[in-house]
Amino acid sequence: MNDDIILKTVDLTKHYGGVHALEGANFELRRGEHVAIMGDNGAGKSTFVRQITGVEQRTRGEVIFDGKPVHFDGPLDARRAGIETVFQTLALADHLDVPDNLFLGREKTKWDWLGPFRLLNYKAMRQDTLDALEKTGVKIPNIRNTIQNMSGGQRQCVAIARTATFHSKLTIMDEPTAALGVQETAQVENIIRTLKEQGEPLILISHNMRQVMDLVDRIVVFRRGRICANLRKEETDGQDVVAYITGAKTQPEYADAA
Amino acid sequence: MADTSHGIGGLTYDKSKRSLPSELNIFLALIIIVVIFEILGQVLPYMNNQSFLFDTRDRFDSIFNEARLQIIILQVAIIGIIALGVTQVIITAGIDLSSGPLVAATAMIAMSFAQTELVNGFPNPKALFGSWAMDLPVIVPVVIGLSFGAFIGFINGTFIAYFRIPPFIATLGMFLVCRGIALWWSGGNPISFPTEGYAWIGSGMMPVVWFVLLAIVFQLIMKYTVYGKHTYAIGSNEDAARMSGINVRRHKVMVYMIASTLAAFAGIVLSSKAVTAQAGMGEFYELFAIAMAVIGGISLQGGRGSIIGTVLGAMVLGVIRSGFTYIKLDGSYQLMAMGAIIISAVILDQYRQRSKA
Repeated sequence: MNDDIILKTVDLTKHYGGVHALEGANFELRRGEHVAIMGDNGAGKSTFVRQITGVEQRTRGEVIFDGKPVHFDGPLDARRAGIETVFQTLALADHLDVPDNLFLGREKTKWDWLGPFRLLNYKAMRQDTLDALEKTGVKIPNIRNTIQNMSGGQRQCVAIARTATFHSKLTIMDEPTAALGVQETAQVENIIRTLKEQGEPLILISHNMRQVMDLVDRIVVFRRGRICANLRKEETDGQDVVAYITGAKTQPEYADAA
Repeated sequence: MADTSHGIGGLTYDKSKRSLPSELNIFLALIIIVVIFEILGQVLPYMNNQSFLFDTRDRFDSIFNEARLQIIILQVAIIGIIALGVTQVIITAGIDLSSGPLVAATAMIAMSFAQTELVNGFPNPKALFGSWAMDLPVIVPVVIGLSFGAFIGFINGTFIAYFRIPPFIATLGMFLVCRGIALWWSGGNPISFPTEGYAWIGSGMMPVVWFVLLAIVFQLIMKYTVYGKHTYAIGSNEDAARMSGINVRRHKVMVYMIASTLAAFAGIVLSSKAVTAQAGMGEFYELFAIAMAVIGGISLQGGRGSIIGTVLGAMVLGVIRSGFTYIKLDGSYQLMAMGAIIISAVILDQYRQRSKA
């Protein structure tokens, strides 16, 4: 087993009844590497991610995370193991402020002998929040603002900052900028660059070719439930990737996928 | 790195930027209502220039009408204790309709273990059990009553959290069950003549003392403990709470247990204050408790509201009731006017929330 590999899937397969949504996906992610997953709607991108994060249970195959074969019963399990997912629908509590959301479910506390009534250490959480936001380059005018008063970009940034705060071993983002404006997208992309600098591995699902070419090291293309290409960014370009997505080209080693 | 921030300033934690607490609005409304009644007292021809707020008798030691204030607080204190629990339930986006009948059932059960053996030298005419249940230390009926409340809350919470019964339905069912228990416990007969210790719990201004104490405790709990934070998180976004590792179901059971235990305590205080327990006690209490929370600015969608808000909401309700009596408004009009006020409070609050967003 290569220690350099943080995530590996072998023959990962998911069938919904007769529908073969994902078929024999062999995938590797090295530490510190940023990989984009591209493909048409229904190509199996989200299905692939859902098998890894335990949202669904796979039909067949193996997931090896951090050197060990894993079998997550649910997304919470995956999160405990160190896989943070930023979902398309943001998992934030609208009525709480930034530190509350960052630390939700893993609050810093005092007087732990009080059990469920143990006290919140607001001061420490506030300071850690400021540190985390600084680390990721997120700019939020006032962290005491509740999420409901924030723009879509700020919300996305809070969600991403959360993954960075807890030194997750792997971050997965499912179309993090799909609903954002130009400026907000730039802000999210900056955070992704910061994660790269810090050597945090990332799987990015995106339809935005410019963004993918800008940010990641490698592009994996899915088509009709199978991986059809594994492209290093330097050896490809937008047109090439589109050819793989649409089915005009298939890499020889994945020929049986077509 | 390019500065792509689209807000002003960078990373800040600025205390001065905190928005004013929404409870301030309710406090202002409370003052406005008091002023309106004060003016009505001066203006209405049949009132003879009475004052709602101030002492009209020439006593030098006081300027305020303490007697009225005391009555107002005393009137709302017992329902207010229920409202403290209902507030927590509504913050999780739930509802508890069972609290009124639970007050009656707890009153009956607790009182039956709080009776004295002899009344004026004669055997207690309302005795429910034999002499083994007579003249027990006050802790016995209190613990039995609170345990019964916690048990009912446990059932409510379990049905809602684990069997996914909508809170409205689960607690509506419990509403009927508890009223049934209250009637069945003594076959419909009132239970009376408590021990001195038990009678003390609700004597004089004691209901107010309990209400204020519990309000302070739960305000602190909701604001400064993990329990409070998770309660808000669940009401705000249940999926997010679950994804964050909060045991949502267990937490909901705990919230319903606390709410029902508070309602049970209200039942103990009420039966002690009335020195008797009757199966029909606590009628509409659950609705008034919800009304207090609603006037206090809670959102039935969950995630928003506070204990302070509910306390102020209770005061508003108390002042309105007292004020209507003061201007000699007939009881039937009082109910209609109170209904109208509850609805307008929600309309105002929704308008305010929209204009803020």
